[in-house]
Amino acid sequence: MSATGTSDQRYTPEGIDDAFAGDTLVLPQLGPVGWLRWAWRQLSSMRVALLLLMLLAVAAVPGSVFPQRPQFPEKVARYLLDHPALGPLLDRVGMFDVYTSVWFSAIYLLLFISLVSCILPRTRSHLRALRAQPPRTPRRFERFPALGSTVSGASPEAVVHAAASTLRGRYRRLPRFRTDVRDEGEGTWSVSAERGYLRETGNLVFHLALVGLLVSVATGQLLHYRGQTILVEGHGFANAQTDYDTFEAGSAFDPATLVPFTLGLDRFTSRFDPRTLQSRAFLAEVTLAEPGKNPRATTIQVNHPLTAGGAKVYLQGNGYAPDVVVRDAAGKVAFSGAVPFLPQDTVYTSNGVIKVPDVSGGQAQIGLVGSLLPTAQQISPTIWRSIDPEPSDPVLVLAVWSGNLGLDTGRPQNVYTLDDARMKKSVEADGTPATLRIRPGETVALPGGLGTLEFRALPRFVALDLRYDPALAFVLTFALAALAGLATSLFTPRRRVWVRATPDPHEPRRTLVTAAALARGDDIALPTEIDRVLAGLPTRPDGPAGPASSDTRSDTEPDTDHDRDAHSRPALDPHDPEEAQT
Amino acid sequence: MTVGDISTLLVWGAMTAFTVGFLAYTADLARIAEAAARAAGRPRAARALAAGGAGGSAAGSSRAAGPRPAAAGGGTGAVPAAGGSRRAEGISRATTYLGVLLLLAGIVARGIAAGRWPTANMYEFTLVGALVAVTVLAVVLRRRYIPFLGVVVHGIAVLALALALLVFYVQADAVQPALQSYWLVLHVGVAISATGVFTVAFAAAVLQVLKDAREAGRSRLDTPWQRFEPVRAGLQRWRVTGPAWEWLRSVPSARELEALSFRLNSIGFVLWTFTLIGGAIWAEHAWGRYWGWDPKEVGTFIAWVVYAAYLHARTTRGWSGRRAAYFVFVGYAVVLANFTVINLFVTGKHSYSGL
Ligand code: HEM
Repeated sequence: MSATGTSDQRYTPEGIDDAFAGDTLVLPQLGPVGWLRWAWRQLSSMRVALLLLMLLAVAAVPGSVFPQRPQFPEKVARYLLDHPALGPLLDRVGMFDVYTSVWFSAIYLLLFISLVSCILPRTRSHLRALRAQPPRTPRRFERFPALGSTVSGASPEAVVHAAASTLRGRYRRLPRFRTDVRDEGEGTWSVSAERGYLRETGNLVFHLALVGLLVSVATGQLLHYRGQTILVEGHGFANAQTDYDTFEAGSAFDPATLVPFTLGLDRFTSRFDPRTLQSRAFLAEVTLAEPGKNPRATTIQVNHPLTAGGAKVYLQGNGYAPDVVVRDAAGKVAFSGAVPFLPQDTVYTSNGVIKVPDVSGGQAQIGLVGSLLPTAQQISPTIWRSIDPEPSDPVLVLAVWSGNLGLDTGRPQNVYTLDDARMKKSVEADGTPATLRIRPGETVALPGGLGTLEFRALPRFVALDLRYDPALAFVLTFALAALAGLATSLFTPRRRVWVRATPDPHEPRRTLVTAAALARGDDIALPTEIDRVLAGLPTRPDGPAGPASSDTRSDTEPDTDHDRDAHSRPALDPHDPEEAQT
Repeated sequence: MTVGDISTLLVWGAMTAFTVGFLAYTADLARIAEAAARAAGRPRAARALAAGGAGGSAAGSSRAAGPRPAAAGGGTGAVPAAGGSRRAEGISRATTYLGVLLLLAGIVARGIAAGRWPTANMYEFTLVGALVAVTVLAVVLRRRYIPFLGVVVHGIAVLALALALLVFYVQADAVQPALQSYWLVLHVGVAISATGVFTVAFAAAVLQVLKDAREAGRSRLDTPWQRFEPVRAGLQRWRVTGPAWEWLRSVPSARELEALSFRLNSIGFVLWTFTLIGGAIWAEHAWGRYWGWDPKEVGTFIAWVVYAAYLHARTTRGWSGRRAAYFVFVGYAVVLANFTVINLFVTGKHSYSGL
């Protein structure tokens, strides 16, 4: 940083070109083509890219402030209830679904257009640079950040060739530096060398990979499907759209991608830490039957999804599904089966509803609403709770409703809640709600002569998530390419080195050697590079390498005195984009 | 006494060492400040001498100084800062090393007590993050002794460890199925390292901005604040151009500090990119999707974009230098908020803090 702040006097050494020279705001000529060209130029400017990046960061923030519909629909609903005035307004501008909102999409799409408009010309000029010779040796060296000099008894030509060979390094096919030796006339020779082309290559790979990433993610969005289902021990399901509890697919999804395999849950086991009751292991043992193959036993665990028919099957949840039989007043079986109860806490207090339709004429429909306590403990005459997620002493605690379940209204029903609009709660003689407590193997009478309830067994259920995304491999590849490109571009030093050898005008048998180096940005190893080159020079026509001296000029300003001699020399400003574009 | 208890004791020990280190660097800085203030009173020649020894700069004359090791160029030699003493420097460094050793031992013991890699909850994350930050600091200070960085990084480390021991602490234990994966080491380990590296980079950026203001002779406290004029008058003593900041003479130039901050930030950024990608791969295994705009994912993404903007700002005309450093401040703030606020106050899939 120049201490005087005389930014208008910035100095750029020869050999540095500014790739972003056109990065200034120029008012466009009128006319649609002119405007388009202007817009394109703006988009491809660093300044606009920077602005869009900042906008993107800011635009992503509301998504972590407001609940988001895709992740937490219930929270959004509650927010809308709690904020009747503000809520709908926020909803209208997409605050509850930020990442698919028009404005968020607009920002990242503009950013990617900007990226492409920037990357195309850079790719072209990089390809040109890859074929070009290193830039010519500048006439004067004084102003470069690293300098060195020595004398040699060898001829200028020999000196320069030796320097070039040191710079190229040991491997002919993979030279460290690309070199260009030239005869500058009057006995003077020079070599110019450049390394670090990989820096720009990595940078381009990084940016192109980002485009690839976006395209693959979008492709996956179009082609994917995802379904969720609940599977009770001893039961199975087929990979068909109708067999899922919820199913969702991209707009280009082809139902033919659903491979009709079947999956049966044989057993589910869990393990919990006895002290903290935290979960330690979940294991679903399943039998997978893929078309054309023999059924095979396999497992699904958290972190270890099962691959079936090109899709991945994840173990997303588990719980208990009490297996019950309800007989109506006429003694007829009105309901029989395992009903999943959803766990609510770490001790698996699980809530659910058993909906019993009327099978004999004239009977009321029955709704049994309540909880399953895997290890029940009574803490007061009416209050029970669970103290362990393992089923050591399971008890079903149920309230009884009768009337019309509303199954025939045609509206889809949530199987985990009771629509009590046309139901009546059973009460005891004293008016308190009737509560059933029942353990496996027991049968109890329903109040009001509604019938009986038998609790037969307590199988486990698993919640499975199926996902098919044909673009996954591409997403991963582009992400890793971006990472590799980024690391390459950030950690590859970009350097230019020049060595010039001139016959000493006072001593004809002596050659004066000077060297200069320049790096992109600050580069602490720059002087070492010069030392290496000079150390490798011959001292005599056929002699060994001789002593060398080099010196780096640091632009450290030890003092902020503006009148010191420091300013008789120019400062290389690292913040100056011109230099940074080496 | 269990291994877990021993681990906790070691962490307390490390915190004590870092506190002593913090005081030692502060004392060192005060001594340098005093010397600098004294030098400011002396005639010009003496001042140039004092400063020359400090900055390790090669002013015009030294260019003709004949052969000297190139490595000393650019002021990276291990010269003591002007006014600071080698002994004070030695004490500061020693406490840093001692703290690192104690903390490392504490973390290893924690891993043994839990029977797994100690990177599963906020407590452990904070321990390892402090370890990485101070270790990176130690490496940076080996090249060039800059007590200010020691003060900032030790200060942050002490605060972090105090927070860890007093608020985040949970018993060493095994983990739930979702965390039983080698990604616990890769994804979390790399995220911690990135945070540690960003911490030192942040300290360098703070110093860069201070030095830059001093070099430019520009302070916000120099111009009237209108309605808040009395406040400004009260703060006047602390203006960066004033004698209170005389010690800034002895630190490397804003340009060198920018280079240091950039080097560290680019390492941090690559690690952060890996964190993001590794997190997505793990999410694909554990949660059944690689990206779902979960609060933690959003926070990581925002931090990533801010640091990407920083890298672009550096090379954008009019945004380089001091302005680019502001991105480092924002980026670091987002990284910290992503760790604390999101873990403690926002529910999402990353609720593994154990609190
Ligand atoms: C998705 C949005 C983008 C992201 C995440 C991104 C990220 C990055 C990152 C991390 C770097 C660091 C590599 C380096 O410094 O060499 C970088 C460099 C660069 N990017 Fe981008 N970029 C984006 C968009 C753009 C756009 C739109 C442009 C041009 C209009 C652009 C131009 C550049 C340039 C010129 C560099 C090199 C900077 C340098 O010389 O150091 N980038 N980008």
